Amino acid sequence: MQFVKPDVNINFIGKRKIAYVVSAVMLLISIVSLIIHGGPRLGIDFQGGTLIQVKFSAPVKIDDIKTGLQDIQLGKSSVQQFGEQETNEYLIRTDSSVMTTEGFTTDVKKALASSTGDEVDIRRVEMVGPQVGRDLREKALFAMFYALLFITIYISGRFELKWVISGVMAAVLIGAVYILTLFSVSIPFLILVALLVALVLFWFLELKYAMGAIVALVHDVTITVGLFSLFDKEFTLAIIAALLTIIGYSLNDTIIVFDRIRENLRKYHKNPLEVILNRSINETLSRTILTSLTTLLVVVTLFVLGGGIIHDFAFALIVGVAVGTYSSVFVASPILLAWQGRQRKK
Amino acid sequence: MVFVVIVAAIIYILPSWKPALWPHKQINLGLDLQGGMHLILEVDTEKAIESHVERISQEIRELLKKKRIRHVAIERVEGIKISAEVKKEESIEKFRALLDDEFRDLRELSDKKADGIQTIMMDIPDSDRDQIEKLAVDQALETIRNRIDQFGVSEPDIRRQGEKRILIQLPGIKDTQRAKDLIGKTALLEFKLVDDTQSLDGALRGNVPPGREILYKIDEDPQTQRTSKTPFLLKKRTLLTGAYLTDARVAIDSQFNEPYVSINFDKKGARIFERITGDNVNKRLAIVLDNHVYSAPVIQEKIAGGQARITGRFTTEEARDLAIILRAGALPAPVNILEERTVGPSLGADSIRKGLLSMCIGGLLVVIFMVIYYKKAGLIADTALLLNILLIGAGLAGLQATLTLPGIAGIILTIGMAVDANVIIFERIREEMALGRTPRAAVDVGYDRATLTILDANVTTLIAAVVLFQFGTGPVKGFAVTLSLGVIASLFTALILSRLIFNYISVNRKVKTLSI
Repeated sequence: MQFVKPDVNINFIGKRKIAYVVSAVMLLISIVSLIIHGGPRLGIDFQGGTLIQVKFSAPVKIDDIKTGLQDIQLGKSSVQQFGEQETNEYLIRTDSSVMTTEGFTTDVKKALASSTGDEVDIRRVEMVGPQVGRDLREKALFAMFYALLFITIYISGRFELKWVISGVMAAVLIGAVYILTLFSVSIPFLILVALLVALVLFWFLELKYAMGAIVALVHDVTITVGLFSLFDKEFTLAIIAALLTIIGYSLNDTIIVFDRIRENLRKYHKNPLEVILNRSINETLSRTILTSLTTLLVVVTLFVLGGGIIHDFAFALIVGVAVGTYSSVFVASPILLAWQGRQRKK
Repeated sequence: MVFVVIVAAIIYILPSWKPALWPHKQINLGLDLQGGMHLILEVDTEKAIESHVERISQEIRELLKKKRIRHVAIERVEGIKISAEVKKEESIEKFRALLDDEFRDLRELSDKKADGIQTIMMDIPDSDRDQIEKLAVDQALETIRNRIDQFGVSEPDIRRQGEKRILIQLPGIKDTQRAKDLIGKTALLEFKLVDDTQSLDGALRGNVPPGREILYKIDEDPQTQRTSKTPFLLKKRTLLTGAYLTDARVAIDSQFNEPYVSINFDKKGARIFERITGDNVNKRLAIVLDNHVYSAPVIQEKIAGGQARITGRFTTEEARDLAIILRAGALPAPVNILEERTVGPSLGADSIRKGLLSMCIGGLLVVIFMVIYYKKAGLIADTALLLNILLIGAGLAGLQATLTLPGIAGIILTIGMAVDANVIIFERIREEMALGRTPRAAVDVGYDRATLTILDANVTTLIAAVVLFQFGTGPVKGFAVTLSLGVIASLFTALILSRLIFNYISVNRKVKTLSI
């Protein structure tokens, strides 16, 4: 059985303008959604606060839950349903002013039991102090930043043998960021600027492959985060794990294509770049679609069966895999084309 | 070589399956899978320094009394500084001599004279501060460990995190509230005299006489469940602390049938206790725990032998917990809970069930798909896949790493991605066969060309996993571990194992076409 015939020849590069527009639109929607919501919706992992997951043995009204909470001075909490309808589970979230003091869980249990008239099972309690929340936020951003830099070094080295240049550049960036953190510059802002600086450096240092890969990755992460914001889903530690996985995975795809491009560049160096790029993408198309398919099979299973906590995680992965595949074909490779324009000017 | 690896893997994973067969290392389950509590505490080292400075102030005061140097007032100010006000000229020289002799380490901050009063400000040097902070955290760690030991949790994990944080993981614990109360209580036991000579009302209105303080006794009425606070005017000076305790036990009062805590002092403490009770018959001695008055019985007579009771409407459980705390000792400084995650056992079991179900169904879908798409070669890929999972499990058991819910998700993800390596190879083999090569040659070329690509692609996933491992905590770390193990395992099975199988088939069976 074969999905993709061996002599397929779709003009991907030719259609790149359309792809640019599609990407631009998706990116725009993501950024606008983020701006409207004031940034991604942070879970207690990053914002501090208390989260309680409760399960009732019979369906209850959210209002009853809220009344019960009000009795113990937790009126400002948000309550939402969790997981499937039949499980009667709810998530109660309060801000950081409520810490798990003595007798907290027993108080909550009593209050809810009396206000809803139903048995309460406290499945999970999580409390994160504001300082820890802030620490985690910064750590997450740094983790992604470092991941991107290390990947840059690896790609520049493997595909262009530019180990040293990329290594030095990464070291300089890390050093600069580190020094600036000592001056209490806002971390998200700092990372963003560092990323932009890195991209500019890619252009000047002619790290073509790295640029293509990193732009595709930033594109993927932004759209995933944007979609999360659009569907008003929460950012927890697990979602950051998903993002890093998407980075690794999308890179997989991109490298497979790059690898073929490198091979074909040697074989058909007389042909124009556009033709080589197209050919490479077409040749790897079968494999690209297949792996995405098998991974999606698995992740959709997780999405459906994994239960409340894994649910959002799987959602992020589904979006990431889909967008990642798209970007490997329509974003990473066309960027290599942009270099040709530059080299001609020389 | 492959054989060895496979056999080793089976050996490693056996214990988790049937512990009776092979009593070796099992797979650790994370807290989100077995239920339990995860706490991060921060030791309030600032308070530790404050208590230390307070103690030094006391020492100075006592020495001043002993050497009869008068007209010097010592107070602890601004948290960690000591101010000495010398009101008469003649005392200054003697005071300074005392400082030079006994308190040489104190750092002098300022020395001012105004209205005939000389005020000297002092504090402790930085090196002392650092040492106190470090000691406080070490002691807190030790004390908490003692308390948890006595509480009886199986396999608790208590360790230091950074400079002043303590990480505590208690798997399988059911009564989380009690555990938290037990761990978090500072448990500073102090004995102070009640001052019945001065006016309690006057003090409540704001005129607290020097050297005195107001502390409250909190009572909860068992019927109405309302709490009431009773104020006591106490002499600030701590006569005796819990540091002198050798033992604390629960006992039942035969008269009222109520539990109480019976405490024993060591020799020195017993002597001090004897002196206090002897000097203060008919006065009240307040037993203060964490700045709350527990009880304030009247001293009937001089008590020798160093035994005393702490009473006060306990339940047996409360008495037992108090005894544990007193036995383990007081925390050198209060601890604040920075982060707490508790998973109930029911959720843990549910999570395992759902995770395993997803793994089986997802795995099944992929296996079926591979066979449909690649026919017999698909079977080879599937064998590699099963082996992958086996290897990951063995790796987890061998490394004593923890399996968490995201970790299970990681395994499931590996199922999807492991197929990738095989797909790359098979597609290459198909290409080469389309170009006209023999099956044997196609397999060889396919593997050769694909190896580098597969390595590149998987290394980048590995980079992401390693970064995640460094930065993540708990469940997320578990995910990074299974992802890394999965990548390594899939590299092994795809590049080495399936090639072996292919070679075996094409060489030994001398096939003319490949079922791919």
